[in-house]
Amino acid sequence: MNAPLEYYLVLSAVLFCIGAAGVFVRRNLITILLSIEIMLNAVNLTFVAFGRAHGSADGQIIVFFVMTVAAAEAAVGLAIVISLFRFRESLNPDSFTELKW
Amino acid sequence: MMFYLFAAVAVVASLLVIAQRNPIYSVLLLIASFGALSGLYVLLEAPFVAVIQIIVYAGAIMVLFLFVVMLLNAPHEETDFDERTHPLLRPGAMRLGGLLAVALVMELVWALANAADPGRFGVERVISVAAIGKMLFTEYAFAFEVTSVLILVAMVGAVVLARKEEMR
Repeated sequence: MNAPLEYYLVLSAVLFCIGAAGVFVRRNLITILLSIEIMLNAVNLTFVAFGRAHGSADGQIIVFFVMTVAAAEAAVGLAIVISLFRFRESLNPDSFTELKW
Repeated sequence: MMFYLFAAVAVVASLLVIAQRNPIYSVLLLIASFGALSGLYVLLEAPFVAVIQIIVYAGAIMVLFLFVVMLLNAPHEETDFDERTHPLLRPGAMRLGGLLAVALVMELVWALANAADPGRFGVERVISVAAIGKMLFTEYAFAFEVTSVLILVAMVGAVVLARKEEMR
């Protein structure tokens, strides 16, 4: 007994909104990166649910690639966070305004 | 019903991730959320994705986050200062954001009410791990190889970015 497809899509939309709200509301670079991971996972859930609904393996393969890109993004993003923290001793995105005109 | 259990854990844990002030708790709660998502993948009969969700996401990526949080010994956010100066609390941003949120909810309700009922999942074809492996090395072989280059570039970039200034 499984829930219908719509339930998974609504859950995925809710998770995506939580992630987007985290990016907008929080003032901590690490929490912003974590919110991006929440959004990526919400999209992964949609891919797997649609792949299941269509009986196709493509959804799961796309999820595999999304996870690879997420790993690369996390590595580079955290390296940037480390060098920003060395530079300013802060994780607040408002304290890095060098590129603002 | 298992779906509601896993969905509730995922949503509550994700909400707590963005509500926590301490980044270490955020990372640990996100791991709980990923565990619930892995359960949902099992319900969707995607064992391969469920396993790599645990091994790669919860095991590798989140440990990387945890490592950086502990390495930086990150200060907590200054809550009162941040809440006073938050750019989203300006009246213009509040009004526009409220309008967009109402529009989004209306669109979602409209879409859910008007969409054709996709019905329950069929039971005929379950994707095996062997099928995924075959497709990965035939149809998606080029993308798979490019992925390795992407990982290499990310690795080099991370090493260069995180290096100490005077060694450059």
